[in-house]
Amino acid sequence: MNWKLWSLKKSIWVFHVNTGACNNCDIEIVNLLTPKFDVERFGIKLVGSPRHADALLVTGGGTRQAAVRLREVYRQTAKPCVVFCMGACACGMGIFEKGYHMAGPIDKIVKEVDPNAIIAYVPGCPPKPETMISGVVKALSAL
Amino acid sequence: MTEAVRKPVLAVGPFHPLQEEMEFFQLTVDGEIVTDIDVRISYNHRGIEKLSEGLQFDQVPFLVSRICGICSASHPLAYVQAVEEIAGVEPPERALYVRTIINELERIHSHLLWVGLAGHFIGYDTVFMWAWKYREPVLDLLEEITGNRNNYGNVKVGGCREDIPDELVPKMLKELDAIEKKTEMLTKAVLDDPVIHARLKGVGVLKKEDGIKFAVTGPTARGSGIAIDVRRDDPYAAYSDLDWQVISQPEGDVFAKAVVRLLETIEAAKMTRQALKKLPKGPVAVEVKEIPPGEGCGHAEAPRGETFHYVRSDGGNRPVRHKVRAPSFVNVPSFKASCIGESIADVTITLAAVDPCYSCTERMAVVDGRRNVIHDYASLLQMSRAKTTRLRKEIGAPEMKLEDI
Repeated sequence: MNWKLWSLKKSIWVFHVNTGACNNCDIEIVNLLTPKFDVERFGIKLVGSPRHADALLVTGGGTRQAAVRLREVYRQTAKPCVVFCMGACACGMGIFEKGYHMAGPIDKIVKEVDPNAIIAYVPGCPPKPETMISGVVKALSAL
Repeated sequence: MTEAVRKPVLAVGPFHPLQEEMEFFQLTVDGEIVTDIDVRISYNHRGIEKLSEGLQFDQVPFLVSRICGICSASHPLAYVQAVEEIAGVEPPERALYVRTIINELERIHSHLLWVGLAGHFIGYDTVFMWAWKYREPVLDLLEEITGNRNNYGNVKVGGCREDIPDELVPKMLKELDAIEKKTEMLTKAVLDDPVIHARLKGVGVLKKEDGIKFAVTGPTARGSGIAIDVRRDDPYAAYSDLDWQVISQPEGDVFAKAVVRLLETIEAAKMTRQALKKLPKGPVAVEVKEIPPGEGCGHAEAPRGETFHYVRSDGGNRPVRHKVRAPSFVNVPSFKASCIGESIADVTITLAAVDPCYSCTERMAVVDGRRNVIHDYASLLQMSRAKTTRLRKEIGAPEMKLEDI
């Protein structure tokens, strides 16, 4: 295994990117840090800058204004990194698919910057915190 | 010197570790003191009103519950009330009680969420962890009733989709007791804490006159001594049958808003218990066959303030116009009154104090696709004024200065 990927899998630090979500996935992500789920015990930590992050937790379907910023955030993230599409909107724009202000889905936006980006999908509206943990574990063990 | 001295500007956003959502604040600072604030939004605009015109009346509640994940019971309720006004349908009494219970449970979880985040913003993570821990049982109850922790999708035109099973009532009453006890403990701990007093009292004061001028709603208004509440002023669902009080505090600072939210949480637990005990028997929905032409309004008290929905129907199976006004839309401009003169360190908690929710608010985006220019409010205003001046010249009206208007 590539040593960079090997080191990525230990204690991933995540940066949360909201690209036009309804807040639901966001509060469930914050919920992961609180006593009931407490992912910090696995070394997963929410950080304040994409430059410190190993993974991006992307929520929302990617509005036209957010797409520009998402590409910029992806460029700033240290590589290799994993992009987690959290929720139905991030996976395929969900109920907002036909909206005139949507530039998504997220995988399309990210692949414009880096065609070889590692992207993982966690569906659900919103995914339960347990689903999110399970999604992250499955994605990391598949690397 | 013709050009004004350029003031230092502090940019916060669009992605900032303190914010869950994208928003952009531009603070003009003089040393540590904020002298002006500009807000740029519409990063989160999704075109919900237009999408709603392409959906059937029955499908729209699922869309409007995704306007905002935290107010996902209030928005559909306001929409459904508007459609029921058009159709002239009276939902059965049990449905009204179920709606009340879900809305009050939502208020408990939203207010506890705010208290936690406020603690996090002032660097008091103990409050954050406590409040979010006490919030979990509420989400579990909501999941047990509606099948989802958030985005309940429980109201429909003519009633409710899911009933509260009678066997669940004793369990809910027990859980509510526990929630109320823990919230009371949290309230006492927060209100007696000298650090929180020192950090929140006298910070970000929104005076009553300013509050009325900016037409703020919800806990932001009630924290400034404006005791307005849709649940009392224009009762909907089963609120007129319940015994409860509107909480308001006269000070207008962040501390007052925190007190209002904490006391409202306890009040909401009491209301839910009353509604559960009074829960009438009977069906939970009536059948609605056709929506006649007409227009209707519905409003509900979301955790952040009054949410208002307007729906127009032409007799078909889709709304021809659907307009939403969310509470943060009026609460956000009040930053102009509450943030100026504060120090930079106090601005974050002042901004957080109205519990702004941008996913609700973003209704307008002007994007110039060819040149990739995004106009903000100031440039739109300037463009609008320039056009007026040009038109005036064209029709030969006497020139008017801005000061004259």
